[in-house]
Amino acid sequence: MLNFVLRRIALLIPTIIGISICAFAFVRVLPGDPILAMAGQHGVSPERYEVLREQFGYNLPIWQQYFNYLGSVLQGNFGNSLATKRPVITEFMTLFPATVELAFCALFFAVIIGIPAGIFAAIKRGSWFDQAAMGVALTGYSMPIFWWGLLLIIFFSGYLGWTPVSGRIALSFFLRPITGFMLIDTLLYGNWPAFVSALRHLILPAIVLGTIPLAVIARQTRSAMLEVLGEDYVRTAKAKGMSPRRVVNVHALRNALIPVITTIGLQIGLLLGGAILTETIFTWPGIGKWMIDSIFKRDYVVVQSGLLIIALIVMAVNLIVDLLYALINPRIRVK
Amino acid sequence: MTIPVEPVATTTKPISGLREFWYYFSVNRGALIGLTVFAILVLMAIFAPLIAPYSPDIQYRDALLKPPSWDINGDPRFFLGTDPVGRDILSRLIHGARYSLFIGFFVVVGALFVGVILGALAGYFGGWVDVVIMRIMDIILAFPSLLLALVLVAILGPGLFNAMIAIAIVLQPHFARLVRAAVMAEKNREYVTAAKLSGAGHLRLMLVTILPNCLGPIIVQATLSFSNAILDAAALGFLGMGAQPPTPEWGTMLATAREFILKAPWVVTFPGLAILITVLAINLIGDGLRDALDPKLKRS
Repeated sequence: MLNFVLRRIALLIPTIIGISICAFAFVRVLPGDPILAMAGQHGVSPERYEVLREQFGYNLPIWQQYFNYLGSVLQGNFGNSLATKRPVITEFMTLFPATVELAFCALFFAVIIGIPAGIFAAIKRGSWFDQAAMGVALTGYSMPIFWWGLLLIIFFSGYLGWTPVSGRIALSFFLRPITGFMLIDTLLYGNWPAFVSALRHLILPAIVLGTIPLAVIARQTRSAMLEVLGEDYVRTAKAKGMSPRRVVNVHALRNALIPVITTIGLQIGLLLGGAILTETIFTWPGIGKWMIDSIFKRDYVVVQSGLLIIALIVMAVNLIVDLLYALINPRIRVK
Repeated sequence: MTIPVEPVATTTKPISGLREFWYYFSVNRGALIGLTVFAILVLMAIFAPLIAPYSPDIQYRDALLKPPSWDINGDPRFFLGTDPVGRDILSRLIHGARYSLFIGFFVVVGALFVGVILGALAGYFGGWVDVVIMRIMDIILAFPSLLLALVLVAILGPGLFNAMIAIAIVLQPHFARLVRAAVMAEKNREYVTAAKLSGAGHLRLMLVTILPNCLGPIIVQATLSFSNAILDAAALGFLGMGAQPPTPEWGTMLATAREFILKAPWVVTFPGLAILITVLAINLIGDGLRDALDPKLKRS
């Protein structure tokens, strides 16, 4: 197993180097001049321009700029945002919990509905429930989530007035972050109204972000379950006279869930990407919105380092999923 | 003693590949519905100027933000209502079908072309060619696809064509991976060795001998990519990085209507519904194709 882990990690090194080159190169070819962007509308004198160019190392050859960048990244320095002048990593760390909280709730929503729906659809194959569930799942899978978000806002916020339109918590609550996760922080403070406010803010974005994962998980659970239900050991269990419930829970489900767990893991990476649209619609202060705003503001440093950090997180998550998969399914390790 | 052997009457003729495919495809009711809807959309796109009641760009200043005609305040001239500058939404949606189908088609053709070539090269030659190509694909796949497309569009400049290039770049690694795996599985089969022995060159082996045998999964992936391309292009349009106003592209229509969602929900509802119906139809076709082309599912 250790051998397998080390080999998987070694395979990632060239990809990580490639990602850092890409993130660096993307920003170099973005139109516009970073120093002029930094100077804003006031502009900058030619002398000052040269001083700044030297200060930020833009006068060096491109490969040297890359190695300087890589060197500082390896020391944990991702540069300072051109817009706010704060370190990128500090901004990232303040916004990341918001995205994680949203993604976690979205995934929770997707799993608690998707897995049971998939199981029942498989057990009752061909029934009206199966057809309806799979129809809904395919619709969810085809959903333009930015439109879905707007529809939910129209209905729940506009028409019924149940949920707020944007943000993480009502402005009347000010809580100094402890963990950065609003639901946990409000509970730690014992502030029940704040918790309810945070929950009401979270519910629509979580549903929107969780819709596609929900559809994927339901479809995957159903097909994995159908495959397992046709296996010999399930037939044997049935033949031995076990109750259908026990056959499903003990024999079928455990094996069917292996591919489902992988699917769930792979959704985590997609959630971080999907968060861009969801966070934009609901003005959710997370990394998706941060990246979009930085692209529009031409904040090169944030785009460059943000891309790098996000890609590294996605890769780390995928690696963990791979390793977990190997752990629960020994056949993979031998290959 | 000889037992007379009666000739067995063979009533079932061997069915051709296409007929067999159609048989399995048409069993799937959803796929047929999807195909019908898709055909209607294609016809709508082709004949848009003939079908649409108005030009997509004409502004009726006397009818700003009119609700659909069945609403009490609706105007019978505008079936699905009008947008904030008084353009007929139905006409814009009909013309918008052209953009979405065009985007889907060209993105898939581009991604397919590049992905198939890279994947075939990687799978066929193996060794360092494989390592280099597949690591580049890994790098592209490590970025969330929409984020990467956004950055690429920021580099190339906002616009429909650049958005299509960006989406094609983001989607092609899926084809490359798929083709590589399929080519690797096929290249040591006997028919390939036979072709090699009869003197077929690398190009012929790759494209004429091996590739047609990997078509099934490629077609299914192409369908999936078609719907993804439409969704991604609409998302880029929505974020202001795709087609630019006043283009009647569905995502762009949503973006310009966003501020009116609570005042005039119909300006937001219909373009999104058009995207959903199109993508759903294509995904239904994709499911049907997978069932019809996957030999494992077919026999069970």
